[in-house]
Order: sequence, then C-alpha cells, then structure tokens
Amino acid sequence: MEKKVYPYIPNSAPKVRTGMLREIGVKDVGELYSEIPPGLRLDGRLKIPEPLLSEFDLRRHVESLLFKNKTCKEYINFLGGGCWQHFVPAVCDEINSRGEFLTAYAGGTYSDHGKHQAWFEFQSLLAELIDMDVVGFPTYDWSTAATSSVLMACRLTNRKEIIVPRNLHPEKLSQMKNFCKAAASVRQVGYDTRTGQMDLEDLREKVSSATAAVYFENPGYLGGIESHGREISRIAHANGALSVVGVDPISLGLLAPPSKYGADIVCGDVQPLGVHMYCGGGLCGFIGSRDDERYMAEYPTLLETIGPTEREGEWGFGWATLERTSYVKRELSEDFTGTSTGLWAITAAVYLALLGPQGMRDVGEAIMQKSHYAMKRLATLDGVRAPVFECATFKEFVVNFDDTGRSVKEINMALLDEGIFGGKDLSEDFPELSQSALYCVTEVISKENIDRLVTSLGEVLR
Amino acid sequence: MKKGKTLLKENYHAARWQEPLIMEMGSPGERGVYPPQVEEEVREAVGDVLSTIPEGMRREGFPGLPEVAQPHVLRHFIRLSQETMGTDVNIDLGLGTCTMKYSPKVNETLARMAQMADIHPLQPDVTIQGILEIAYRFGKILGEICGMDSFSFQPGGGAPAIFTNASIIRAYHESKGEGDKRDEIVTTIFSHPANAAAPATAGYRLVTLYPDEDGYPDLRALQAAVSERTAGMMITNPEDTGIFNPRIREYTDTVHAVGGLCALDQANANGILGIARARDLGFDLCHFNLHKTFSSPHGSEGPGCGAVGVRKELARFLPVPVVDFDGSRYYLNYDLPHSIGKVRAFLGNLQVVLRAYAWVMALGPDGIRTAAETAVLNNNYLARKLSRIRGVSVPYAKGKFRLQEVRYSWETLKEETGIGTEDVNRRIVDFGVNNYFTSHEPWVVPEPFTLEPTDSYSRKDLDEYAEIVGRVSDEAYGNPDVVRSAPHRTSIAKMDESILHDPGRVVVTWRAWLKRKAGTR
Repeated sequence: MEKKVYPYIPNSAPKVRTGMLREIGVKDVGELYSEIPPGLRLDGRLKIPEPLLSEFDLRRHVESLLFKNKTCKEYINFLGGGCWQHFVPAVCDEINSRGEFLTAYAGGTYSDHGKHQAWFEFQSLLAELIDMDVVGFPTYDWSTAATSSVLMACRLTNRKEIIVPRNLHPEKLSQMKNFCKAAASVRQVGYDTRTGQMDLEDLREKVSSATAAVYFENPGYLGGIESHGREISRIAHANGALSVVGVDPISLGLLAPPSKYGADIVCGDVQPLGVHMYCGGGLCGFIGSRDDERYMAEYPTLLETIGPTEREGEWGFGWATLERTSYVKRELSEDFTGTSTGLWAITAAVYLALLGPQGMRDVGEAIMQKSHYAMKRLATLDGVRAPVFECATFKEFVVNFDDTGRSVKEINMALLDEGIFGGKDLSEDFPELSQSALYCVTEVISKENIDRLVTSLGEVLR
Repeated sequence: MKKGKTLLKENYHAARWQEPLIMEMGSPGERGVYPPQVEEEVREAVGDVLSTIPEGMRREGFPGLPEVAQPHVLRHFIRLSQETMGTDVNIDLGLGTCTMKYSPKVNETLARMAQMADIHPLQPDVTIQGILEIAYRFGKILGEICGMDSFSFQPGGGAPAIFTNASIIRAYHESKGEGDKRDEIVTTIFSHPANAAAPATAGYRLVTLYPDEDGYPDLRALQAAVSERTAGMMITNPEDTGIFNPRIREYTDTVHAVGGLCALDQANANGILGIARARDLGFDLCHFNLHKTFSSPHGSEGPGCGAVGVRKELARFLPVPVVDFDGSRYYLNYDLPHSIGKVRAFLGNLQVVLRAYAWVMALGPDGIRTAAETAVLNNNYLARKLSRIRGVSVPYAKGKFRLQEVRYSWETLKEETGIGTEDVNRRIVDFGVNNYFTSHEPWVVPEPFTLEPTDSYSRKDLDEYAEIVGRVSDEAYGNPDVVRSAPHRTSIAKMDESILHDPGRVVVTWRAWLKRKAGTR
C-alpha cells in the first residue's frame, strides 16, 4: 500500500517516510495512531473507487460527467430568482484564479497585506454603491445576509419580531425563520395583488412596539421596484423599529440606494457583480449600515479596518474588534461566523473598479431596456400577460399564462426542447398568481434571444 | 538547532508595492470595461424606460466609484495578489485547524469549466445531471469515509454546517415532543467557537467542558452535566490540540444514555481519513469542511462547503433539497416534510463539491489513507523538532503521539524573554512563511500557537519551518528587539494594532475614513 507515490503528497515517497519514522523513533506509521483503540479503527480499506492516478484520466472522467450538464451559454436562459446570469469581465476571473488569492485563507496583516487591502477595497467600493459608510466582510448569500441583518436589528432594538413582505422569496423566508427561531418571530405583511407592492395598510396594522425590523427588498423577489420605501421606513421608525432593505447591487447605478429612503441596514448579494453562477455557488451576501459604533458592534461578520503603520504615509489593514463575533463570544453570541465568501468579495471589488460609475449606470440601463423589450414582446402573445403587476420593474418580472390554458410546467418543458430555460414556475409558491412564471432578462440577453423566446412561445402556445 | 546548511531564506523580501487604494486611482472619464451593448432596435422599441422608474427611486448623480482603465485595474489587483501568501506560494503549515493543503490545479480547471460555472441552480434536473451525479456519488464516498447514510452540501462553510447540525438535533427532539424539554448542548473549549455559538443561535444553553490534566475533555464533568435536558453534544475529536480522545465511546454513550444526539465537527479529520469513522465513534451526525480536509482551495476565506452527514434516522431532517437517484435519473428531492428548511440558498457551493470529488478520485482508498498517515507523520516529525526548541512547550498528553496538529505554547519564552506568541508571529513572516494561528479564544494554553503540517509538505519544508521557529527563538533570547519590532521584510511595516481593538477608531470604508479625516463624521 505504501509503495504508491502520490503526486499531491511529497512524503509518500517510501525512502523519505522511513527516514522520518526513524527520526520520530517508531518503526511503522501505524504506531502513531496508538491513541485510537483497535476497536474504533476502520477494519480494512475504504470502499470507494480506485484512483485515477493520471491527471489525464481524472480529467477525462470528471469532464465526462460535467458534459452531461447543459449550460446557459448553450441554452437561452430566463431564470433568475436569487442567482443571475450577468456578464463576467475576463479580469474578474483572472484575479480570482490567482493562486495567491485563491489559496489564501486566514493569513494576517503582514503575510497577506494585499488580500486585506482588497477586502477593504471591497467594503469601500460597495459602500459607494449602496451609499452607506459601513460595509462588513461578506456572508454566504443574500438569505444569510438578510437573516443576520434582522438579527442585528433585534439586538439593536431589544425586540423580538420581524416583519417581512408576503412576496418574499419562500426559501429566504424558510432560512430566516430557521435562523431566527430562538431570537425572533417572523410575521408577513400582504402585498397588493394589482401592483405587487407592500400593502401599507396591513403593514400599519401589524407593526408595533414589538417590531425590531421591517424587512423589504428592492427590487422585490417578483421583480417590482418598491416605490413606497420612504413610507415603509417612516412607519418602521415611527414604531421604533429599523428599516432593513435587501437590494440587488447591479441596480444601483440607476436606482436610488436604500439610504435615500430611510434604510438603517442594507443587505444583498454581490453575485451579479462579476461572479459566475456556479449552480448557485457564486452567491456572496453583504451587509452595510451607517457609521455608528452601536451598529458596528452588532456585525456578526469580520470587519476590515484601515490604520497607519510605523512607516510614514503607509497603510495597513486588519480584522477589527473580533470581540463582536462568535470567535470570541462563543455561546454569548446570537449569530455565528466562519469561512464565508472572501474570494467573491475580491472579485466584486474588481468588477466595481472596472465598471466605474458610468459602467454601473450603463449596465443598469441595459438591463432595464432589454427586460422592457422582453415584456413588450411577450405581451403581444395571445393569452400571455406581461408584466402581471402594475409597477415598475428592473430585471425580473412576472408573466401569467392563465389565458393560454397551459400550465407553466408544460410551457417550460416545451421551451426546453427549443433550447430555452423558461422563467421560474411560481404556481406552487404563489398560488394566488395561478399559472405564472418569474422571468429574468439581464444585459447578456440579446434582442435575438428575446425574439426567439417569443417565436418559440408563440409556437408552443398555438 | 542542528548545525549545517541553513534552510532559512535570509534574502527573502515580500513584494512591497506601496500600492495606492483603488479609490485613489484613475482619472475622470477612464473606463475599465463596457457592459454588453443594447441593440438600436431595442432602444427604439422601448423608448425612455428610465421614465418608468417611480419618483424618488432614480439615483441622483453617480455612485462614487473610481474611474480606472483596464490595465491599471489589472495591475493593481495583481500587485495586491503578489502581496499575499497563498498556500501555493509558501510553507503554509502554520494555520493550524485550517488544514492548508495543496489544491490540485486540475481540479481548478474542472471547477471553472462552463459546465460548472455557467449553470443556473434552477435549471431543470435533466439539464444538470452531471453535477447532480457528482454530488450524489460524493455523498456516497463521504458516507463510506465517516459511516453516515445521507449528506447535504448546502451549508456554505463549517459554521453553518454546525448550525445545521444544531437545527437537526432540535428538529429531532421536537419530532419526539421533547423540543422544549431538551435545551442544553454540551461542547468543549477546544472545539471551534461555532460549536458554542451556532447552537446558542438555535436557542440552546451551552455547557462547556474544559480539559482534564491529560488534555481530554473532562469526562466527569460531562457525566455531571448530562440530564433529561441534554439535547446533544457537539465536539471535535481530535480536538484543536491534536489529541485524540481514545475513550470517545464513553462520551458518546454518556450522551446517548440520557437521550441526546452526538455531532462530530470533523474540521480536524485530516489525520483520520480511512482510519476511524465518526459513526464508529458513536456519533449520529457530523460535518466535513470540504475546503479543508478535501483540498478545495480556501479562497481568501471562502467560498467553502460544510458537508453535513447523518445516520438514516435523521435523514428526514436534512435541509431541502437533497440529491437523489431513482435508478435512471438524478433529481432534487424536496419531499422531506420534516426538513429543517433552508440553511443557504439553492444547493450550496457545488463547485467545491466537484473539487473535493476530483481529489478523492485521484487518490482512491489507499491514497486517502496515505494522505491521513502522512499528515500524522509530518505532524509528529515536526513536533519532535519543535519540542527541542528553547522556549517551546507542548502542554498535555506527555509522551503520546498527536494526530493532525499540535497546540504549542511559548509560555516559557514569554517568561524568560518577554517575547510572546504575537511577537514571534510577526517575525516568522520575515522568513517567507505565513503567520501562524495562535488559538481560538479563550487562550486556555498560554501564549499558544497551533501548527498543522498536513499531507502537502515535504520533509525539507518541515525542516525549514522548524529552522525558522528555532531562529526566532534564538533571536528572542539573544536579540529580542529584532523580534519585538518585527516585521522587517514584509509588504508593510508594523501597524499600530491597538486600532484593531478600539471600536472608536475602526474605519471600514474609504468614505468613512475621508469623513473622519475631514472631521465631518
């Protein structure tokens, strides 16, 4: 068994091994396991596949599996709903595949100065985009960021109730309820089925002196731009609650940042900013707030600070006030932190630096123009309603197929045959919308793509 | 230290670019990249879409981002990468508990293929058969490695995996109508802090076991702690000291005897792969950090994957969806009525699962075991060398072999020279290696440092590292100022680190810094 030499394991070379064992003073590597009683040891070999020792063979094997996947480059993709197909500048991939960043981890200020600076730049660039003076190190995804944000609000207000809109992403609601179970209850506020916007009357009724936070999103899960942000924040504040807003950062070159309508805490996902979808593995949540010690004390995540070094005019960076986090608080914590998504934070920093202010506006405008074109064209089809809600939308919108007599499921299966991933079926999560789908049109979707969707749908529905 | 040819990199010097912040770079009007253009016909067809934006919802002016041309953005971030020590560029064995091992490049090539990168998680199952098959196969492989029956790859890292385990324990007791009664979780002080924090987030009261004289979690304290209120135990074995607890079955049996569940945090599993299995140690559920033990790169703090495995009686509580196989097709199974729900969006970081799968497939059963054995061999070899260095001590378990790592102490050095572990930590970076991990809080071991040589380092690497530590010890006794004032050859000089602990001086964004400087904050 020990005769085989493994390329990833330098000391699997038998001669070296023998020499090292001699240095330690044992004959066999098995002696080093003397602390594991024989009864607790695995009897025999693991029953897993025999190795593909040649890199070529390994690659061929894994590729043969991966080739069974169909990509959003081969198919025209209209799926969004929490993970989005946006363009990824080549420089983003160039930087996040650099071995120094890719294989770094918890290295500190001196060994990993560049990584720490890049993280500080992520926080700084995102702060400009969301118009907040504090942005923390990233979390896992938007759901986690939203959950941590409302937990922060609970601690800041010393209250135990969260209010969210009924048209929140159901999986986000599931995660929020699960994570907040001990700290807070989650109540839902209805939405206006005509406009898709939060029902302000219902909100006024439900918000109270028990409410820690009113959480809403812009654009909302169903794509609508929530135009009552200022009023929602006002209602929250009037009751001593915080206004917590989830936002798609790629909209912010064009749309007003939540700070302009009263948000106290802002969260979202930076996956749209230069990170591939990776079947959902590209997600990377963020949290931002005003520059207030009380708020900063409640961040569960790392915070990268800037500070001077002993050399005149030189900057250093480091993790600040770890006492806030579960790393130090242990069970006194009401949230927890660990390995998150630092590589995607660096990638988002690269993206924002490349796009700049004009690029962010341009990409926002392109998304709006193309999604509006798609809605306009879809609306020409018999029995198809697009968009369903009478409200402004950004990149996603709801399309209803009730009058076609066909279910979304049937339609999507037929579209698949045409090389198209149709919108996400909403019929189970939102039965009140009947046979509706959430369509997503980003800047990577061309006029030709949209025209093909419309032509294919026309044929499917005929 | 042994006389003879030094392995020290005396001429090492880190890149020192004095790189400005990206916020200070560029000039008005510069551009780094254009987004996809909008066709003229589309523009004409939709007209002025911006006018549809409701009043007050249009951004006034531009975000305050820098304007930088592409070559300078690229150069800037490459320079920052060069001021960073990834595992690819140093003997990265100092980050104990992190399992810094070589991440094979072929796995990276595979993970970045369009067939992985450009996949939407809501695509129909039939179009993602490849990645579902990989996840399914890898679940079976991990099951064989730890003895568990079902896996979820949804948690985005170790801490959320621990939370997932706590949630499953909660759901299990709730299903038996004992949710309110069982409100305590037992952990140990040498387990990752998330083993205390995540169950606390889930609503549990924590009982923490401290080490006995030999370094094992105090068994009598455990026996005294458990009761009908015990929901479970969430610990590591080996612990962060590298000490394997040979009586672990007594611990898991003790918890089972009062009706609790046992969860093993396998952050320290690298030395026992193919040797000992969580299930055989009496655990009901466990998690692996695929970005540690299974070689997926740590990515500057993620993305990672906390792979949660449970025995079959607990499978119904796993987060949805789980990947299943009906004999001809892989599919996403949402039909788990007792599921704890979601712990992260979609399926988690499947690109990490893919890399871990490729790592296992390259090694096979004997290779996995060789990786574990080599990690243990390397650790004990290094420990032998380090224990001879003046000022170093190795608390607990005298004369016994450690598994994957050792938590050492500079207590003697501190007493004799005034130089403590943080001073040494700044100095070792001058020799071209990463700073080391001291310890999680609280520091039960005084002046701690934790080294984990993993399977990826050669004997020469270990010799070089020991020589670096030995040199710094010599300096502490002979020329302490050079250590105290370190670092000297890094990208930046020593910081005023008091800022890091002073909430009033923490500034986390450039705009906040400018405001503070201008006194307008």
